[in-house]
Amino acid sequence: MTMAESTAATESSHEVHHHKEPDFWSKYVFSTDHKMIGMQYMFTGIVMALIGGYMAYVFRMQLAYPGEHVPGFGTVTPLAYNSLITNHGAIMIFWVAMPILIAALGNFLIPLMIGCDDMVFPRINRLSYQIFLISVIVLISSFFVPGGGFGGAWTAYPPLSAQSQYNLTPFGAPLWLLAVALEFVAFLLGGINFITTTMNARAKGMKMYDIPIMVWMIVIASLLFMASVGPLIAGAVMLLFDQTLGTTFYNPENGGDPVLWQHLFWFFGHPEVYVVLLPAMGAVAEVICVFSRKKLFAYKTILYTTFATGILSFFVWAHHQFIAGIDPRMAHVFTVTTVIISIPIAEMLFCYIATLFGGSIELRTPMLFALAFLAEFLIGGVTGIYLGSSGMDIYFHDTYFVLAHFHYTFFPIAIIGFFTSIYYWFPKMFGRMMNETWGKIHFWGTIIPFNCIFLPLFVLGMAGQHRRIYNFKNFPDLATPDLHNLRIFATWSAVVMLVFQIPFMINFMVSIFRGKKAGKNPWKANTLEWTAPSPPPHGNFKELPVVYRPPYEYSVPGREKDYWPQNEPN
Amino acid sequence: MIESLLDNVSTYGGKIDNLFTLITIIVGVWFILAEAVLFYFIIRYRRKEGVKAQYVTGEKKKEHNWIAYPHYLIILCDIVIIAGAVMVWYEVKQKLPPADEIIRVTGRQWSWIFTHPGPDGVLDTADDIETVDKLHVKVDTNYHFQLESKDVIHSFSVPVFRLKQDAIPGRVITGWFNPTKTGEYDVQCAEICGIGHGIMAARISIETPEAHQAWLDEQSKMDQTQRMAMSAENQIENREDNDNG
Repeated sequence: MTMAESTAATESSHEVHHHKEPDFWSKYVFSTDHKMIGMQYMFTGIVMALIGGYMAYVFRMQLAYPGEHVPGFGTVTPLAYNSLITNHGAIMIFWVAMPILIAALGNFLIPLMIGCDDMVFPRINRLSYQIFLISVIVLISSFFVPGGGFGGAWTAYPPLSAQSQYNLTPFGAPLWLLAVALEFVAFLLGGINFITTTMNARAKGMKMYDIPIMVWMIVIASLLFMASVGPLIAGAVMLLFDQTLGTTFYNPENGGDPVLWQHLFWFFGHPEVYVVLLPAMGAVAEVICVFSRKKLFAYKTILYTTFATGILSFFVWAHHQFIAGIDPRMAHVFTVTTVIISIPIAEMLFCYIATLFGGSIELRTPMLFALAFLAEFLIGGVTGIYLGSSGMDIYFHDTYFVLAHFHYTFFPIAIIGFFTSIYYWFPKMFGRMMNETWGKIHFWGTIIPFNCIFLPLFVLGMAGQHRRIYNFKNFPDLATPDLHNLRIFATWSAVVMLVFQIPFMINFMVSIFRGKKAGKNPWKANTLEWTAPSPPPHGNFKELPVVYRPPYEYSVPGREKDYWPQNEPN
Repeated sequence: MIESLLDNVSTYGGKIDNLFTLITIIVGVWFILAEAVLFYFIIRYRRKEGVKAQYVTGEKKKEHNWIAYPHYLIILCDIVIIAGAVMVWYEVKQKLPPADEIIRVTGRQWSWIFTHPGPDGVLDTADDIETVDKLHVKVDTNYHFQLESKDVIHSFSVPVFRLKQDAIPGRVITGWFNPTKTGEYDVQCAEICGIGHGIMAARISIETPEAHQAWLDEQSKMDQTQRMAMSAENQIENREDNDNG
């Protein structure tokens, strides 16, 4: 990485601020520069994604070929299987989606997009990453303690998660929970920074409606996270006490209530979906505007629907608990709130699609990923309607239908959203372009197998196959050859998809050092990050920009150029 | 649609399948429409030399109606779906018809214990019949089940009934079903309950009244320890069969 390498020198007559070249440790490890912290989060997230992907490979192989030796792992015992699915889920949400979409993009982009030199609390920012790194270390060490890693599902329902005589992981379970709690603390610190920076440090002239949607989305996501995580941290501390000190908050034998945890968990867990969704939606908005040369359709409507979605998301949590023993009359309330959330989300997606109308669409790699996000997320959205309908959820709850549904939301969010962002902002991050042909190979090699993995799983769910079962041979109705062929097909699709990530990794690494030089604004975009040198030096801008207009003035009639940067005077 | 993948053998299963069809039609139309418009735009508005993109803000009333009208339609569709969902839910989970027979279902790590009321038809009497991993019921009979758990959360799921209910330790949760066809089907545990979750499989045997009576008579001759020993043996045999198969 060549953060402080000054490509700026050749670009203008402004005086370039030469910083004293910092040593390795203060530049890469203990940096307070928002861009470096963003990179740290991104690379940690990528490493965790590889671990999470490897886990998926192992348990998919077990499901296709139960009991057989899995190349690169060995035989999968039930204990290992439970631990693999638990940690796959936890890693992909807490240690991949969160660090990459919120922390990496938020850190890297917010100061650049609002035109300031750094976050307002750079040291808190550094602390945030350090705590996050500790949470990673605690999590990974939990796989190697006696008894193995925690295997009570990422939702960690007590009493299974609370008592080691039930889960058989006396050390894995508390360590896992500690890691999750630390991770939350890290993101609370990050969230404080994002919100404060956006509210207080915007460039001169940038009014509320001039803030790019990407920044708004990260800010709203941080607000949702901060408002929802409190109950869960309290719940996690009680669970940790149950595990280690012998308290009985969730133990019915001594007056506790196991369902209490489910309420605390899902009160956080559902807003959490939107916490990771919104940054991905933000990145997609930026990309479709730039590559269709269009103004974002109904900017204000998108903003208001985002707030509406965020607020509604606090009133839907019990749709995860329809059959969990809550009062059956409560289900009606949560069905109504859940189905109603389809209105703002659909409105948002309509605005995105309408943005393409009358555009001049260029299908570069970031645009392909952004459009794929819209196409695939729609499937996740409409299948959610089945599960939010209480009557239907009686059958589908905890089946593969649920699993396929949320992978059709989380995969577009965490993986497609990440690739959209990385292909789009790579030139700004590293000052070079990624290879377009390999990008397209990677795109098709990811999207086609993705659908081949999860469409069959919808069918398995409809046939009544439940989740988290390591071998379906014990269930005669599910052990039929037809259903088993679907499992094998899904497994091999997953393997193909994982193999197609190799071209991406090579393209990524090679382009950092050998890619074509990008220049300041390779995509001819309007937002402020493209007015800084690529890669931006410490302090970002040679002089802080002044904003004259909203961010999406593309193809304005009567102008020769089809873009109009926010900082360009009239 | 679901019935082509899995039999429905309960009185309310068909209503859940119909709800599935209703939702599929409504969201299917929206889904196809949205994808069609998306792909049409991508193809129609591909970049051409010399053609500049249009400047549409989406803030004018006329433009905003593109979003507003579909969005009113969505509200309408939502109301239909909510009504359907609530009605089915009410029938399956809230309104319990009078019971012809009451059974007890107890989950534990990692098997199901089924307590049948025995010849006198009353639970918690000396003639109760307890079985492990095999539930015997009569066809066309209203059953109430009392669901309990001895240790962690389990979930009693009978996919052919389209029925599922979590078993919570410390609570007794009552539900109902009425089987409509004879046969033998899977009972699954649907909530992860530890390392044996994958072997927590049971079978439900739906019998004609005569066959059920015969089974009752046979069981009444044995005492409980014999029965438990027998079903434990069966269980071990089954597991071995499955592990070998």
